[in-house]
Amino acid sequence: MDDTKRYERLLNRYRDGDINRRTFLTALGAAGVVAGVTGGPMGILARKAMAATPEQVRFDGWGGVVSEAFEKYAFAPYTKKTGIEVVSGTFGGADEYIARVKASQPGEFNLAHLSGVFDYARYHGLELTSELNEDNIPNLKNVIPTLVEPLRKITGGTISAVPYDYGTTGIAYNRKYISDDEAKAKGAKLMVDEAYKGKIGGWGEWKTRIWYGAMQSDQDPNNIQDIEAVWDMVRAHRDLALKYWSSGAELMSLLAEEEIYVTEGWSGRIKALQDQGHDIGYLDPAGGLGWQECLFVLRGSPMAACEELLNFMLEPEVAIAVAEGQSYPPALDPQKIELGAVIPTLPAFDPSGTLSSLSFFDPAYWNENEADWSKTFSRVQRGY
Amino acid sequence: MAADVAGARRTPWVLLSPSLATISLLLIVPMLFIVVYSFWLRTATGADQVGFYLDNWIEVLGDRFYRDILFQTLLIAFYTTVICAFVGYIPAYFVANTRMKSKAFLLLLLMLPFWISYIIRTMSWINILGTSGALNTLLISIGIIDDPIQMLYNQQTVVLGLVHYLLPFMILNVYVSLDGIDKNLTEAAQSLGCTGFQAFREVTLPLSMPGLAAGSLLCFVLAAGTYITPIVLGGPRDAMFANLVFEAIVTQLNWPLGSALSLVLLALLGALVVIYTRYLGIDQIAKSFK
Repeated sequence: MDDTKRYERLLNRYRDGDINRRTFLTALGAAGVVAGVTGGPMGILARKAMAATPEQVRFDGWGGVVSEAFEKYAFAPYTKKTGIEVVSGTFGGADEYIARVKASQPGEFNLAHLSGVFDYARYHGLELTSELNEDNIPNLKNVIPTLVEPLRKITGGTISAVPYDYGTTGIAYNRKYISDDEAKAKGAKLMVDEAYKGKIGGWGEWKTRIWYGAMQSDQDPNNIQDIEAVWDMVRAHRDLALKYWSSGAELMSLLAEEEIYVTEGWSGRIKALQDQGHDIGYLDPAGGLGWQECLFVLRGSPMAACEELLNFMLEPEVAIAVAEGQSYPPALDPQKIELGAVIPTLPAFDPSGTLSSLSFFDPAYWNENEADWSKTFSRVQRGY
Repeated sequence: MAADVAGARRTPWVLLSPSLATISLLLIVPMLFIVVYSFWLRTATGADQVGFYLDNWIEVLGDRFYRDILFQTLLIAFYTTVICAFVGYIPAYFVANTRMKSKAFLLLLLMLPFWISYIIRTMSWINILGTSGALNTLLISIGIIDDPIQMLYNQQTVVLGLVHYLLPFMILNVYVSLDGIDKNLTEAAQSLGCTGFQAFREVTLPLSMPGLAAGSLLCFVLAAGTYITPIVLGGPRDAMFANLVFEAIVTQLNWPLGSALSLVLLALLGALVVIYTRYLGIDQIAKSFK
C-alpha cells in the first residue's frame, strides 16, 4: 500500500465515521508538523497526501497575456465543469522555474507550461518526469505527431507532457528604421550590423545567443564545427547591443519605446506588438529557430486530475481560444482539426502540420554541451 | 547557594533560547547547508554529486574571471557609497537641524521609499531616462536636444539605481548621529571665533562620523550584494558578483558552484562588518532603526 492510499484510507475512515474529525485532523496535523520539521520520509507522505487531493492542481506558466488566456479560456471552464480548482502561478523564465522545482518536494508543483524539448530533457535528467496515461487524454491524437515524437524519444516511449503550442524566435525589427528588404537580405547578420550599434537587443539566454551566433557564422546550430567563431559572433553582438532582455514584457517594451530597433524575438510577442499598432517587422531567417511549448506534469502530481485537465485543454475550442489569446499556433494538427480564421494568420503557423521548415534545438546535442556553453556564455557576456 | 548561582547562570540562556533557536534554524543551519553544498559537484544532468570535492573552491579562488567581477562589484559599491554619503548628508543635516514643527513628517518622508517595492523603484528609471522617457521628452520639447539621448543600460545607471535604493539608509544613519550632537558644542565653537563652516568642519562633521560610517557600511554591503539593479538598468556587460551567484544557481543549475561563490561574497562582506565593529561598534547601525 503506498502513501497515497494510506491517506485515502484515513480519509475514508473519517468519512465513514470510524474516526472523529478531531482525531482525523490531529493525525494529519501531526504528520504535517513532522513533515515540515523533518522534510524526510514523513514529508514525502504529507506531500503525496497533498498531491492526491483532488480538489486542486497547481499550474505554473509565463504570466502576462499567456496566463490570462489560460485563466479565461481553460481554467475557469475546467473548474466549472469538474469542480477541480486550478491554482495558478507564474515564473519569469524556464531556468528560474526548474531551480524552484529542484528545491521543492514531489507534489508541490504539478503542471507547468514549459518551453522546448530541451527543457523536457533537463527535467528528465533530474528525474522529475512522470508517466502520463495516454488513454486518459484522448485528445492527444489531435496533436501534431512531429511535436510528440521528440518527447517520447527522451522518456523511452512514454510522455510526461503534451505539446501545446509552438512558435519561433525570429528577427524583429522596427520598420521605421529597417526595411523588410534589408532584413531579408541580412537575415541573422542584421543583429551584428555596426550601423545599428546601440540599437540592437537580444535575449540574454545562452542557447539563443549561441544559436544565432552559429547562424551568423554560417554554421548549423545543431552541429557546430567551430565554436570559437560562434563566440566571436556572440562577442560582436554583445559589443553592439544596448541591452539583453530577459522577459517577453521587456522585449515588447524595448521595441515599443524604440530603445532598440532590432532584436530576435518570440513570434507571439511580436504579433501582440503588431496588434497594438507598432510597425514591427518579423522575419524567420532560413533555418530559423522553432520551439514548442508543452504542458508538463511533474513527478508526484495527482495524475488523474492532471490528465483530465490536459485533455480538457486539448479540446479544440479551448486550445484555439488560448492560442488566439497568446498569439502562438496550437499544437493541434491542422490536417485533422479545423483551426478557424485567426490561427492561420499567426506568425510561425504551418498549415501542413509537419513543421518541416523549422529547426529545433536537438536536445541530445545541446544538453551535452549545456554545462560548458552556459558557463562560457556567462564569461563572454562580461567581456571575456 | 551553589544551586542558586547555577540557576542564575541558566536563566539568561533559558530566556534567550527562543531567539537562539530561531537564529540557529533560520540562519546558521541554512548557512551550514550552503557550506556543505559548496563541496559537492554538479553532474551533467544538473543533479548534484554528493561528496567532498574542492573543485568549486579551486575554480572560484583561482579563476581571474571571478576576481575581476568581484573587484568590479566592490568598485560599484564604493562609488554608490561615496555618492550616498555626499548626497545623503545634506538632507540628514537639514532634518536634524530644522526648527520646523513638521520634523516628524520629514522623517516620514524619508521612510516613504521603503513602502514601494525596490524593483518598482528601480524600473521607474526606465520611464524617466528612456529614449521616450520623461527627461528626453522634456529636453526635446524645450529645444535643448533634437534627438533623444541614450542614457539607460550602462554602469552609470546601475550606480544611479543603487543610490536611489540606498540613499534612505544613509540619510537615516547620518540623521541619528547628527540629532545626538549637543547643539551647544557648535555654538561654543562659534563663540570662540569659528565661522559657521569651521564649526561644522571641526565639531559637527567629526561627531557625525559614526553615523556616516554606519550608513556607509550599510550602503556598501547592500550594494555589493544586489543583483536586480544590474539586470534592470545594466547593459550586456554590466554584472555584479551576485549576478554570478544567480546565474550559477538558476541558469546553470550549479548549486555547488553558486554556494561557493555566495560564501566568498559573504566572507568578504562579513570581514568588512567585523572590521567596522572592531573600530566603531555595530550599535551605531542599530540606533538608526530605533
